[in-house]
Amino acid sequence: MRRVAPIAGACALFALSAILGAAPAAAQPPSGIVRPTTEPPKPTLELGAQLFAGNCASCHGIAGSGITKPRPGAGNLTGEGPPLRGVGALAPDFYLRSGYMPLGNPYEQPEANRVLLTDKEIRSLVSYVASLGAGPGIPHPKPSHGDISEGQELFTSTCAGCHQLEGRGGFVTGARVPPLQNLPAKRIAEAVRIGPYLMPKFSKSQISDSQLNSIIRYVQSTNAPDNRGGWSIGNLGPIPEGLVVWWIAIPLILFFCLLVARRRRSQ
Amino acid sequence: MKLGHWIVAALAFLFGRRQKHNAEEVAEELADDGGRGPEDRDPETGRLVPPGSPDRAAENVVLLLLVLAMLAGAGFIVVYAMYKAPVLPNELLGICMGVALVSIGAALTIVGKRLVVTEELEEDYPTADPEEQAKIVETVRDSGSRFTRKRLLLTAGAGAGGALGLAALTPVLSLGPIWDTAPLERTPWYRGRRIVDDKGRPIAAADIEQKTFYDGFAEGWSKEDLSSLLIIIRLDPSELHLPAGRSGWAPRGILAYSKICTHAGCAIELYRKPTFPTVEPEPAFVCPCHYSTFNPADGAQVIFGPAGRPLPQLPVMIDGAGNLRSAGNFSARVGPSWWGVRFRPSTEHE
Repeated sequence: MRRVAPIAGACALFALSAILGAAPAAAQPPSGIVRPTTEPPKPTLELGAQLFAGNCASCHGIAGSGITKPRPGAGNLTGEGPPLRGVGALAPDFYLRSGYMPLGNPYEQPEANRVLLTDKEIRSLVSYVASLGAGPGIPHPKPSHGDISEGQELFTSTCAGCHQLEGRGGFVTGARVPPLQNLPAKRIAEAVRIGPYLMPKFSKSQISDSQLNSIIRYVQSTNAPDNRGGWSIGNLGPIPEGLVVWWIAIPLILFFCLLVARRRRSQ
Repeated sequence: MKLGHWIVAALAFLFGRRQKHNAEEVAEELADDGGRGPEDRDPETGRLVPPGSPDRAAENVVLLLLVLAMLAGAGFIVVYAMYKAPVLPNELLGICMGVALVSIGAALTIVGKRLVVTEELEEDYPTADPEEQAKIVETVRDSGSRFTRKRLLLTAGAGAGGALGLAALTPVLSLGPIWDTAPLERTPWYRGRRIVDDKGRPIAAADIEQKTFYDGFAEGWSKEDLSSLLIIIRLDPSELHLPAGRSGWAPRGILAYSKICTHAGCAIELYRKPTFPTVEPEPAFVCPCHYSTFNPADGAQVIFGPAGRPLPQLPVMIDGAGNLRSAGNFSARVGPSWWGVRFRPSTEHE
């Protein structure tokens, strides 16, 4: 935020005009996508720039300069969003393919949604955002090279505090923590490196690429966990398990005790 | 609401039948004019309950079981007091408690089956009747006629019950230190001790990035020691509002706090960092156990949850090689709080 303050200041006038220009985009229903009337057949920077102006610039500013003070636009819509210069291909690939973006209300937590953009549009946008400034590329994890037990260990110490041991998600104060089931390896790797929303990011010095492979392998193993204990109770951990014991198992046992006692007494 | 129907059906099955049963019994009793009168007394002894024959063997078994329960109860206390992992494993606690309970149960069963003169009586709950009450007292007294060593058995019973009770109370001692709290106040930190990562390598200040968190440990110190564990983050120095007297504790915005929550002693494993701070919640440490939330920018004050005091902060300095070292001891006592801990000053090292 502070880093871009000078840039934002320099672009203030420019950005204002951009907001006004993007007003028709902002006036669209939040779930819709604004597309150019004539689309080129192949993903291009040109298409990416047009899509960005139509769908992203109301919050991320013209050419990804960011908007850090709310500014009323057309239709009383305000936009606010972080700058995108230097985020590389990594962030747009994650946010667009997971459906986190475009975000209808910038004051809400972005969450996994139906992806409204086509693959071609996403590739155009990713290459456009990546062209705004040098930044990290899309990772290529190979979970098959990972070690599942190392992955579980790392996941337990680094991720399970929020995401729970079986990656079922949960809450931190102020945000929901998403579940991690049925995600492609790339999404998981991208999230670890970016740290979306309130999640910390983890650099290669903290979690190396090979450790990341192990973590992804473990996370993907939670898609269909091996429930040796029988009923998994949603793999939510000890509290629901305790509730089941106290409220279901113990009353059942008491019920059968009473039943047995009755039979004996009436003999 | 099928479940509700099932529960109602189960309750009706259990209690409905019982009522019918009782009604039948009452009818029978009314029919044969039940209850005892003076004519029930034994004409020779004048007793309500006929004297039973003493059963020395059963008595001996009961005594033995009660002594066993006593020993097991005492064993629990000994194991608890002298607990040491491979020599006296915690399984012994369960075994002792189990033996004590099973022995007392078995002793009571034998008393009931072999030593108390038994007689089946099924009567309605009696209305208050002094004569009737005196009779019940007499019945109870007479029922013990088989015991030959009443006092010894009572003593053994009291001993077994007492040992079990004491054993059950022993863990209360673990709720908090009572006498010597000095070991809890020792920490490995003094000015100049190096902060290392989980593999024992020094941590370079230049490697500490914003928007993520790092674990730190005291060099050459056990990682099992709660006071060794640190959570290290970096914030922009302009964002910091540390309490008075802590200037210079966070060089280049690098902050180190105890990783142990001051509420129940869980490891602070969650660092909530906003990607876009303007619209997202502020940076915070969150404890995964009960969601105590601490603001690292102002000395880890509690902003949410059950914790009663801030996380202890460790002053950090950067040595000539650019690595992190502690510049002193924690600002407060490490670990969960108990009575009195909030009012005492800082800790002492080693």
